[in-house]
Amino acid sequence: MGKERRLIGGAVLLGLPIVLFLLSFLVGRYPVPPLTVIRIIAAQFLPIEPDWPPLVASVVLDVRLPRLLAGMAVGGGLALAGACYQGVFRNPLVSPFTLGVSAGAGFGAAVAILLFEQHYATQALAFVFGLAAVALCFFMNRLYRAGSTLVLVLAGIIVSSLFTALLSLLKYVADPHSKLPVIEFWLLGSLSAVSMEDVVVVLIVMIPASILLLLLRWRINILSLGDEQAGILGLEVGRLRFLIVLLATLVAASTVAISGIIGWVGLVIPHFARILVGPDFRKLLPTTLSLGACYLLLIDDIARTVTAAEIPLGILTALVGAPAFMLLLRRGSLGWA
Amino acid sequence: MGVILAAEKVGFSYAGRSQPVFSGVSLDIAEGEILCVLGPNGIGKSTLLRCLSGLAPATTGAIHVAGQDMTELSRNEIARHLALVPQNDEAVFAFAVHAVAEMGRAPYLGLFERPGPKEASLALEALATLGIAHLAEVSYTEISGGERQLVQIARVLVQAPRLMILDEPTAHLDFANTARLLALLRRLARSGLAVIFTTHAPDQAYALADRTLILSPHHPPRLGGTRDLLTADVLSETYGVPIRLVASDRHMLCIADAD
Repeated sequence: MGKERRLIGGAVLLGLPIVLFLLSFLVGRYPVPPLTVIRIIAAQFLPIEPDWPPLVASVVLDVRLPRLLAGMAVGGGLALAGACYQGVFRNPLVSPFTLGVSAGAGFGAAVAILLFEQHYATQALAFVFGLAAVALCFFMNRLYRAGSTLVLVLAGIIVSSLFTALLSLLKYVADPHSKLPVIEFWLLGSLSAVSMEDVVVVLIVMIPASILLLLLRWRINILSLGDEQAGILGLEVGRLRFLIVLLATLVAASTVAISGIIGWVGLVIPHFARILVGPDFRKLLPTTLSLGACYLLLIDDIARTVTAAEIPLGILTALVGAPAFMLLLRRGSLGWA
Repeated sequence: MGVILAAEKVGFSYAGRSQPVFSGVSLDIAEGEILCVLGPNGIGKSTLLRCLSGLAPATTGAIHVAGQDMTELSRNEIARHLALVPQNDEAVFAFAVHAVAEMGRAPYLGLFERPGPKEASLALEALATLGIAHLAEVSYTEISGGERQLVQIARVLVQAPRLMILDEPTAHLDFANTARLLALLRRLARSGLAVIFTTHAPDQAYALADRTLILSPHHPPRLGGTRDLLTADVLSETYGVPIRLVASDRHMLCIADAD
């Protein structure tokens, strides 16, 4: 019975994103019949004679495929990183952006947009400054010789506001006709410009980091008991916490690099998952990953279909996420004491 | 009888404070031995236990675990030798009780390993030993403070160290559970486990402890055989109120006459 339920649960977790992924190929301004989608994808691996116009193949393979993959990676990644952050910091209000990843990345992206024309530079600098912000938090924590997570979260607030101020400075000096709109649009988050190369680069970072986090998920259970308890149980608390935050930050920073800042996913999805399967990270992390991927696929489907001018994702996730979070709080079953 | 833990002139002070919390504590404990730590509130009993567990590194003196300097052992190695049951536990996540007990296997599993059926049955067995098997599926955050302490003790049984250190293990327990826990500690000691515990009831020292350590404000730490050391005079001086000892069958009762 228990084993059967686990198998069914696993199948749903794995199957749901795949089904949504396939269905999402059908969504968009250019209609492509389901059978054609399947044949175009199959033609990549099997010798099928193309009887569709090249434009259709391009829509499916060059536009929708990278976008859907990116949606799953960003949604799943942010949710996974959020759940790990919440566990390690033992705090339900923590998100993957708590230690300043988003603020740092926003600043890095703005620098790149002002100085360079290539969007690779934007991604690279967003990634690097996202990591730098978190490194700065750990440096502050070390400087004050405080082992507590409270000081670390406080450092995150300080570093975030520092980079936000720097970002505002850049926006102030940016050309309001050419550069400023680009910066603003990047900050709102979008998947519309994602290419296959972007996806591959991000997945190279994300997949190993996520696998390691999933492997460590029982240790996150123990860490979430608190430093003293984890120490009694033989964990090297400081080192392990650093490792988990580092891995989660790599995931978060790489998603931000291709999508811009998409809020709320990393905060709300772990709570949803906790309501479904409880707080045990052994179940929670796979569930969070799967739900996050599904959620952003759906949000992006909405973004692509509701209006002709695409609504930036960051706006939609907040519009959906904030009321959803309010409902969760009403139910009062967040899995926290 | 091998000595499991030996502390030599151990003291602890917080960074930036000149006044130590406690100092000059020397003790050793061997297999099957029970040692009680007595002293008034705020004298540093809990801090001493944290030092002995390696959670708060002693600022002076040295602690040896199974003959090795504690500072040279990894957390994992220490966790196989000894475990602490703290007085309070701030649980945040609503894990099931059996999942909390299962975590006792952490020192024996690899970084990426997760507990399997063997660990699960060890956890259930330990919960049964503590008489709380019925709580296995309940949320750890929804049980009482006393029950949580019992779960923690069950987790130590799962962890199977050679020394169990308990910080006021009976503080949150009702009358019956207090008696049961003391009997369990005695049984565990007979099977070879070493036990160090603190308490505010000197009667418990009489009931259980082979030796007792007294921390008092006006006197250096004293260690001795419980019956020799715990005289009415010493107890009165330690707690600052007149204390009488009343022998009753096999038990010794301590009665404080504060007015």
